[in-house]
Amino acid sequence: MSDHAQGGHGTLKSYMVGFLLSVVLTLIPFWIVLGDVMDSTGWAIAIIFTLGATQMLVHIHYFLHVSLKVEAGWQVMSLGLTVLLLVIVMAGSIWVMFNLDENMMPAHEQIERVRNLP
Amino acid sequence: MTGTSSDTPKEFFVIEDPHHGDDHGEHHHETGTMLGFWIYLMSDCLIFGILFATYAVLGQNYAAGPAPADLFEIELILVATFALLFSSITFGFAVLRMDMNDLRGTILWMIITGLFGAGFLYLELKEFTHLWHIGATPMASAFLSSFFVLVGTHGLHVLGGSIWLIVLLIQLGQHGLSHENKRRVMCLSLFWHFLDLIWIGVFSLVYLTGVLL
Repeated sequence: MSDHAQGGHGTLKSYMVGFLLSVVLTLIPFWIVLGDVMDSTGWAIAIIFTLGATQMLVHIHYFLHVSLKVEAGWQVMSLGLTVLLLVIVMAGSIWVMFNLDENMMPAHEQIERVRNLP
Repeated sequence: MTGTSSDTPKEFFVIEDPHHGDDHGEHHHETGTMLGFWIYLMSDCLIFGILFATYAVLGQNYAAGPAPADLFEIELILVATFALLFSSITFGFAVLRMDMNDLRGTILWMIITGLFGAGFLYLELKEFTHLWHIGATPMASAFLSSFFVLVGTHGLHVLGGSIWLIVLLIQLGQHGLSHENKRRVMCLSLFWHFLDLIWIGVFSLVYLTGVLL
């Protein structure tokens, strides 16, 4: 039992590594926004999201101690299922609603279009 | 997929059961609690996922009201982010102290965690009252509705975690580092780190991206 309990808690070293990585991964996106260092907004957002996703993985590994070991497999399994559902829900809604926005033009544009018909 | 997820716990218990004699009966129970709590966290994660998706869809509809760049103070959010990050590492220290059976150290680090959590809640409350005061209420636009629901739900979770932490401190004071209390500390530890993880999504999507767009 003791090795099971120890295995799930991490060590001082693993907590410190996770913490330092988190500090760096937090400071960079805030620096990008506060320092206004990027010319392209698209790239800035892409970097913010990549660093955010990386920091989430850091937290899952160093703080939540999700391991791929067989005895803790249920953790990875349920996490995998959750991530799958999240991707379906989030990517699905954003995709559908974006298409809806594109195809449902504002009324004044439609009036303009009817007016320009031959 | 549903077949796999419902089969896993059964298989897990079938494998684990023969390993443990009478003296380890509690271990079985403990793993069951951790499994149940983990599944709760995953379902909570889905709730937040849906709120994130709602914000991603509605977040650009300002209804001629204020936009994120007019409202958010990124410096304040940076301080709040670090309050939560520090509370995560101090809770880690509390768990490490608990592994060494150091009751005083556990309680001390948990109190520090609670103080950082309270600091985070104070900053969030300050931001919300400020927004309310200048008329940026949830009623003003779809952006603000989804903003208050997402960030407010996270804030309520932190409040709930803080109340749980206070209750756990009382339990630790009364019964010391008993088996049950260790299990409770581990559950709260998972919950607390999970909230910090959700906050990463909040500051990336809502605050940083919102100010840039």
